[in-house]
Order: sequence, then structure tokens, then C-alpha cells
Amino acid sequence: MSKVETKQGHSAVDELYAEAVHWHVNTGEETIHAKRIPGTWRNVKWWSFVVWLPFFLGPYLRLGDRQAVLFDIPSRKFHIFNITVLPQDIWMLALVLLFFAILLALVTATAGRVWCGFFCFQTLWTDVYTWIEERLEGSPQKRRKLEQAPWSLDKISRKTIKHFLWLIVAAITGISFAAWFVDAYQLWIDIFTLQLSETAVITIGLFIAGTYVLAGFLREQTCFWLCPYARIQGVMVDSTTVVPTYDFHRGEPRGRMKKGETGDNRALGDCVSCNQCIAVCPTGVDIRHGQQEGCIMCALCIDACDTVMDKVGLPRGLIRYESLDALNGKQNPPILKRPRVWVYSAIAIASLIGVVFGLNTLDAVELKVLHSRQPLFVLKSDGSIRNRYTLKVLNKTTSDMQIKVTATGQDGLVLNGVEKPIAATAGSVSARTVFASVPRKNLKVESGPILFHIEGKDGDGTVYTYTRESVFIGPKR
Amino acid sequence: MADNNPFPGENNTGHIWDDDLRELKNPPPRWWMILYYASIAWCVVYALLYPMIPLITDSNKGLLNWTMMEEYKEGLAELDQIRSKYESRIKTMSAKEILADPELSNYISHGDGAGAGKVLFGDNCSACHGSAGQGTPGFPVLADDEWIWGGSIEKIEETIKNGRGPKAIIPSPGMPAHAATLSLQEINGLAKYVVGLSEGKDDESGKKLFMEKGCVGCHGVDGKGLAALGSVNLTDAIWRFDEEDRLSSAAYTIRHGVNQMNNPKSREAEMPTFGTRLSADEIKKLAVYVYKFGGGK
Repeated sequence: MSKVETKQGHSAVDELYAEAVHWHVNTGEETIHAKRIPGTWRNVKWWSFVVWLPFFLGPYLRLGDRQAVLFDIPSRKFHIFNITVLPQDIWMLALVLLFFAILLALVTATAGRVWCGFFCFQTLWTDVYTWIEERLEGSPQKRRKLEQAPWSLDKISRKTIKHFLWLIVAAITGISFAAWFVDAYQLWIDIFTLQLSETAVITIGLFIAGTYVLAGFLREQTCFWLCPYARIQGVMVDSTTVVPTYDFHRGEPRGRMKKGETGDNRALGDCVSCNQCIAVCPTGVDIRHGQQEGCIMCALCIDACDTVMDKVGLPRGLIRYESLDALNGKQNPPILKRPRVWVYSAIAIASLIGVVFGLNTLDAVELKVLHSRQPLFVLKSDGSIRNRYTLKVLNKTTSDMQIKVTATGQDGLVLNGVEKPIAATAGSVSARTVFASVPRKNLKVESGPILFHIEGKDGDGTVYTYTRESVFIGPKR
Repeated sequence: MADNNPFPGENNTGHIWDDDLRELKNPPPRWWMILYYASIAWCVVYALLYPMIPLITDSNKGLLNWTMMEEYKEGLAELDQIRSKYESRIKTMSAKEILADPELSNYISHGDGAGAGKVLFGDNCSACHGSAGQGTPGFPVLADDEWIWGGSIEKIEETIKNGRGPKAIIPSPGMPAHAATLSLQEINGLAKYVVGLSEGKDDESGKKLFMEKGCVGCHGVDGKGLAALGSVNLTDAIWRFDEEDRLSSAAYTIRHGVNQMNNPKSREAEMPTFGTRLSADEIKKLAVYVYKFGGGK
């Protein structure tokens, strides 16, 4: 790749050419040291860190006497502000995940891998790690030189500080993650008094190791070879998707700036072969080859190219956000006229409605009825048919309740086993085996309906009811 | 092959097929080699810590002195400790007290593993009585409310412990055969009468026969039987020997009797003795488990 042209004069970007000698497409055999060039998209990237602030700060919010958001796995209760979700309601999680999956599809179909480029923890944590690296070891050239250099006190101290800081970031990441699952303040106390539970040590340890290895060493290789979403998102992009694109119509034939050449009298295309777009690329790809799997669409090459264009006096936007269709002179259909946008939006809205509906209809007391399969029914000595059921009362409120049970649905139905009300403990499931008997002559069909009704009162006097249908099974006629 | 290598300087092995298909001598990636050496180191450490070298009767012990049997025993001891708080109480309590204790009766009916009611029932009872007491053809249903020998928890325990029938600890004679003493007509008349009883019908001539021929002695004036004798209640809807043609089935029972050891045609209704096979605690557990099928009285 790196063609070195020796016979050339001076131009506005000579120093960049000198620097560019090294660049070539990364195939994974060496560490990428991307250059940092300030610009619009660089600023956007810094701002996108805000999205991750709640991850670090969220666990410290309190609501009453407990953590505002706490995923309490040992007692199977998930507190999200004043909502408490029990495992029975976890179907809503599926809808939440569906919503985010479809949101990813929607965004990717219209604007490419926005997630990868601006919000993904892999991208952002790597950005923080390389920023620390640059503070300590200097520019990419210096870093590369330091890597080649023999071990010296200076090299050792720089590397040690770097790895120490990396581990600090990793530790904060791991602890912040763990803090969502246990009391955050208690977690810090446990850390400093060395009383962490085994689970917490393993969780935080894995997170430290994962962050350190993925952001410190694997970096862009994660996006190339490890991350499934990179591949999935790749196929969501089509020719109408607006992505960072090199305008080859304008740029080609590319070639270096000659002595005395300016933007006004340039004979070749606008690309001056400065390779800055590759130099700044965190995954080390060449955007001028067109869209490719390695491109995480972080738009940093746009900043780089614009900077160079300004320097050589050519108009900005040789690399810009553009769809393939628009680049080839076709009109891009408006966003609202694309079927994929409609389909994705419809699914996303439907799943969101499902979650809102679910949260609004969270019954405080629920009943499940399990009909005993063995035996399906029993003939009693008085000639009636008896079925056995296990009733499971789920009490999601915070007060213990006495639950009264009745049953309807069959003529002459007698319910045994509920003479005493079911003591439903707060926040858990209480079971009771009951027997329902119906005179044989009243049974019209082999399998008929039976309805169980429950009623309970909490400490404040609020009455909760719930009805569940099951089957009453009798002999064949 | 290697004498005339058309691709010199690319570090190939000299193995070339189809003009340009060739094998290179590239080293494996470093991470791979690190894992490779790490796994060798792992093997060495593992071999030192755990039994590794087979000897004539045994193997070497390893530095940790670990054995699978020891680990199994530890696990078992841990399990015993968890169960002991229930088991120790079961030992001192009667079946009735256990039944009244929600925690213990729940332990028996919902626990699993060796010693749980479900396992004991599955091992000892389900072959005849079905996996959930639903009965099998010829053997009684335990989930209903008909108890020939009494449905109280004590009676159920007694039945399991001593067994019932001619070979039981307290043997019972069974029902005599009447083929020799009654005429065919009388037998059919009695059969008709008792089948009628279970359907809520009564007829004078049948009743007369029932009283005269001695049925009343065991089954009682009202035909409701006596649990102490193991004579069945003839008036309820449940039949110990239930067949499609109930009338001829009842006639057969009257003719050949039940548990008449010298009569090969006799009905058989024998409950084996479990007091000699199971511990007292196991029998208590079974009694509670059976009681809770829903029929206990």
C-alpha cells in the first residue's frame, strides 16, 4: 500500500506525506495507533459518553430506604424506581430487548452503524484507553517507537502507569456493573473492608479482565472477529443508508500534491493521497475502498479529510455522510417513504406499547391453577367426581395477605381444602392443594370449565381479586 | 520436489500440488502457542494434585488426597445435615402429628431424593397402586375416599406396616366362597341386590336374602361394611373388583370369595407386609404421603 514517491517537491501537506509512509491496511498483526484529529465528529464522540453516565451514577440513586434501581437476583425482585418486577413479569424484558433490537435495526438502516461508531462500550472504552495511552506515551509515531525501543526505566514507568490507569478504569467499570445488583454503598464498604461476597469478586474480576483485555489489547479486533452485531448490522445497510462515504467521483484519480500545486490548478482528483483517513481510523481500514466490514462508521475520517481539504484549499466533504445512491446521482427517498422504516417503527412501537401495557396491568395478586394429571379424576364413594388442583397464589404486594378461595363453573361444585384461607406471603408464591367435587350426573362433558376466584385484603384495606379458569375432568360417557 | 521450488523465499514446505497449491511453514499465532504451553503447565499441575498414575490395586493419591468417593460422602453428609432437622423430628413424632405439622408434611409430600415420600411410594407402592395412587386394574385406588381397612392416618399406617390379607401380621380370612352353599339363583339375587344398593335402590326380596344368607354378619345390616374386618361398604359407588358387567362381577365374587387360599378361582386382594422391609420412619412418611392423595379421613 505504502507507495513512497521520492521525486516530489514541497506542498501544503508534505509533513503528512512523511508521516503517511507507515500506513497500510490493518489485518490484525499489529496494534493500531490511531491519530487524534479534532473536529465535529470527534466532539460528537466525546458527547456521546454522556449516554454511559447513568451506568456509573445510576446505582447511587436512592428511593426511600432502598436503591432506586436494583436487580436483586437472590430474592428474585427487580426494582426499577417505584416499580417492582418479579420473575413472573419477565416477559416484558423480551419486549424491551425486542424494542432495542429493532431500534438498532431502524437506526442502522437509515444512518449506518451509529451504535458501533458512537455508543458501543467497546468503541468508547477503547477510546478512553487510547486517550490515556496518548497522554502517557505521546503521538502514534512516538508510541510505535516506544514499542520498538529497548526496555528502559522511562519505558517501564510509562507502561506501568498506563496499565495501572487501565486497570483503574476497568475496576470502576466492574464495580459500577456489580452495583446494579447489590446495594451500591454497601458494595463500596465491602470492597474497602475486604468483605466482598464470592459472587461479587467473580463478577467484578471478570469485568476487570474483560475491560482490560478487550479495550486494552483486542480493541478493533473485537469488532472484526468477536462481535456478532458488527456482522448483523453490516447486512442492515443498503444503498439508501447514509454512511461515511468517500466520494470517488470527486476524489479519483487520486495522487499527491505536487510542488506549487493548489486546489485551483490541480490536475488529478481531489484526493491528495495523504492517507489521513486511514491514520485516524480506530479500526485501521481505508474508507476509500468503499463500505466494508471493518468500518464502524465513527466518522473520524470525515474530520481528518476535512482538515486536509481546508489545508490544501479544496472544498470539504470529499469524505462525508452520504448514501451510495446519492453518490451515484440518484435521489434518496425521504425517510418516511422507506418501507423498512415503517416496518421497524411499527415493531418498535408495538413492543413499547406491550411494555407500557404490561407495567400498567401488573396485577398485585395473581393465581395459577395446576390441574393434577395423575389421576385426572377420582370417583368418590358418594358417586361424585373429584379433581385435584394445586393453587399458586403470587403476592406481589409488600404485605402478607389471607386469601379466600372460591370456585364456580359446575353445578353442585364442592371445594375442599380452602376452609382456612391461604396465607400469601409478601413478594412470593404460596401453594395450596385443593379438591373440587361435582356429582357425576351434573357432568355434561368430559372436560368442562371451572373458575377459581381469590380475594385478599392488604394492610391498607385495599381488596385484590383475581380469577383463573381451569378444567374439570370427568369420565367418558 | 524442493529442488525446483517455483515459489522461493516464501517459506513453504516444498509440498506443491496443482501448480500453485502449497503448504506454508507459518508459525502458529503467539496467543495460540501461549495457550498451548499453558495447557501443558495445567496438565502438569493437575497430574501432581490429583490421582494420576495407575498402580496395581489402586492409583497414587495426588497431593490433594482427593477421591471421588470422599467428595460423594461429603455431599451426602451435607444433604443429611439439611434433612436432619426434619428427619430427627419425624423420628420422635407419630404419623398423625407429622400430618398436622405443615412443614413436615410438606417436606414429605414435596421433597425429593432418597427418603422423600414420592421416592418411597414410587419404589414400594406404585407398581400396584399407580404412580399417584390412581390404582391399576385389580388394585385399589388410594386417591379416592373409600378405605376398606379404614382411612384414618393410624389405620393407613397400620395397613402399610402389617399388610392385609391371609399372609398379613394379623391375618384376615377374606370373604368365603358361596358356590357350594348358595344356589345360582340366590347368588344372582344377591348380586342384583348389592349392585342396586350402590345405585341407591333397595328391594325387599334381595334384602331378605342378604339377611338370611349371612352377608349381614360381615357387611352389616345397612350393607356399609366394617373397616375392622375389612368388609367393604356395598352401598357406595366404588367397587373393589370393578368390571364392565358389574352384576356378573359381583356374582363371581360371591361365588368364589376373596382370598380363599384353597380356591384358585378366588379373588385376590392382598396387601404385603412392609413393616419387615421399611423402617418405622419410612412407613410414617408413606402413611402421610398416601393420606395426602386426598382420600384420608
